[in-house]
Amino acid sequence: MKLKQISVFLENRKGRLQKALEVLGNANVNIRTLSIADTSEFGILRMIVPDVDQVQSILEEHNFVVKVNDVIAVGVPDEPGGLEMILGILNKADINVEYLYAFAEKKVEQAIVVLRTENIDAGIKALKEGGATVLSPEEVYEL
Amino acid sequence: MIWNDEAECMAADDKKELQLKRLQEVVKRAYENVSYYKKAFDEAGVSPEDINSLKDIEKLPFTSKTDLREAYPFGMFAVSPDDIVEVHTTSGTTGKPTVSGYTQNDLDLWSEVMARSLTMAGGDRTDRIQNCYGYGLFTGGLGIHYGAQKIGATVIPISAGNTMRQIEIMQDFGSTILTCTPSYAMYLAEVLEEQGVGPEKLNLKAGVFGAEMWTEEMRDEIEKRLNLSALNIYGLTEIIGPGVAQECYKKDGLHIFDDHFYPEIIDPESLKTVPDGGKGELVLTTLTREGMPVIRFRTRDITTLRPGKCECGRTHVKMDRITGRSDDMLKIRGVIVFPSQIERALLKIEGLHPQYQIIVSRPHQLDELEVQVEASPVLFSDEVKHVEGVKRNIEEHIHDEIGLRVNVSLVEPQSLPRSEGKAVRVIDKRNL
Repeated sequence: MKLKQISVFLENRKGRLQKALEVLGNANVNIRTLSIADTSEFGILRMIVPDVDQVQSILEEHNFVVKVNDVIAVGVPDEPGGLEMILGILNKADINVEYLYAFAEKKVEQAIVVLRTENIDAGIKALKEGGATVLSPEEVYEL
Repeated sequence: MIWNDEAECMAADDKKELQLKRLQEVVKRAYENVSYYKKAFDEAGVSPEDINSLKDIEKLPFTSKTDLREAYPFGMFAVSPDDIVEVHTTSGTTGKPTVSGYTQNDLDLWSEVMARSLTMAGGDRTDRIQNCYGYGLFTGGLGIHYGAQKIGATVIPISAGNTMRQIEIMQDFGSTILTCTPSYAMYLAEVLEEQGVGPEKLNLKAGVFGAEMWTEEMRDEIEKRLNLSALNIYGLTEIIGPGVAQECYKKDGLHIFDDHFYPEIIDPESLKTVPDGGKGELVLTTLTREGMPVIRFRTRDITTLRPGKCECGRTHVKMDRITGRSDDMLKIRGVIVFPSQIERALLKIEGLHPQYQIIVSRPHQLDELEVQVEASPVLFSDEVKHVEGVKRNIEEHIHDEIGLRVNVSLVEPQSLPRSEGKAVRVIDKRNL
């Protein structure tokens, strides 16, 4: 149930994010969701895309440094308190969240939360036991 | 193999005798034929008759790069311009270039010392030497070329640049010896890897790398990636070009061809001679050049001299790898820093490509040193704290090496300038 995420190193200067997105746009890549972590010197663009391998090779061809790793996708009701419930489950299981980002899907009235815990397997296990809806990669791509 | 046993393995006393005889001749020739030397010697109150021992060289004034530049273009020639058969110049990056003029005998001398160098690197008539030093006014290309022809090897005069073609020729012709700057060798290794051309598809056995400073760590890296023996060559246009000194297979210092180029080490501040084994600035005197004799030239290169017989059989005095330049030595908050130290620190970190640039600035009356390093997949992570940890790790390695806090910034791959000649490593914004 792990979801692949691709991260891209970006220098924190004008036009770098646009350049990365231009490369992906030209290759007709549809980004399901993304987030950017930024510091004063560099940024990390994290993305969920249907074909990670293809995106990795396209970006590397254009000299970007990329990293692919596992994250967890959880479906939560798109209503107040939805995300809090998920974090409550992890908190109770004493699992730290490194970062998360979310996007709402109007078609199914559901929000999808992308989570990174230090130990992905432990995170998935705790979420399932706590009654959260862990989504498969296919479910995320099909939305 | 040794190209010229008699010269390269000469007994110490015979060498000294030969050096003194040649020194007396060249000093006389310079004094009588070059107005610059006549004036300089007269001002210093010294005449050619005062040179009665090798030690007496210390009575002679130094020649600096500025002196040579002021004589631009042909003021240092000791023969009629009609007897000069070839000229070369320095790059002129710091002002007007300096010109070096060669008579036919000088070209023969150059071929001789380059033949010694290439033989020392294991080259002979069976080799194919891919010469990626630039051909033209720069001495690198033609110097190697003359030596390669002298030993009867096949020289591939491909010159600098056009990396894809270099790689194609290297494979198709089965080049056995590569001659270029060490930074270009690193770049070639990088491109070869990108192209999926492993060292097993190449026929390289040795590399003769010079024209810029490099480190032992860089040697290990180049040897590993290109599967060849990487040897250091040293030379200066002002003296002759490449072929002033060359490393043998022991890889423990470079043999200076001291029957033609007389070396001394001085303290760059007091200008006093430093005894053998002490570190300081290398000063060279051409003992046999006709076209342009150069007396006590201050090279600005920092090294140490070690006389004695090498295990390879040669008695040419050895100099250590150049560890810095008395003029590209940086003084940061009063601390002496050489770019090579930063490079050494970077090479200690697994997975880091030593493509870097040093930026010195003084934003608030205090020097700051920024080192830009290219990010690589091994260093990168999806987590900010991990990437920042990598950055701190690099900062600590540099701190260990130079004793100063620096700010490391990771930049995108391929974003730092690649040079096919000398790499531009330092940008000093302080306007000192």
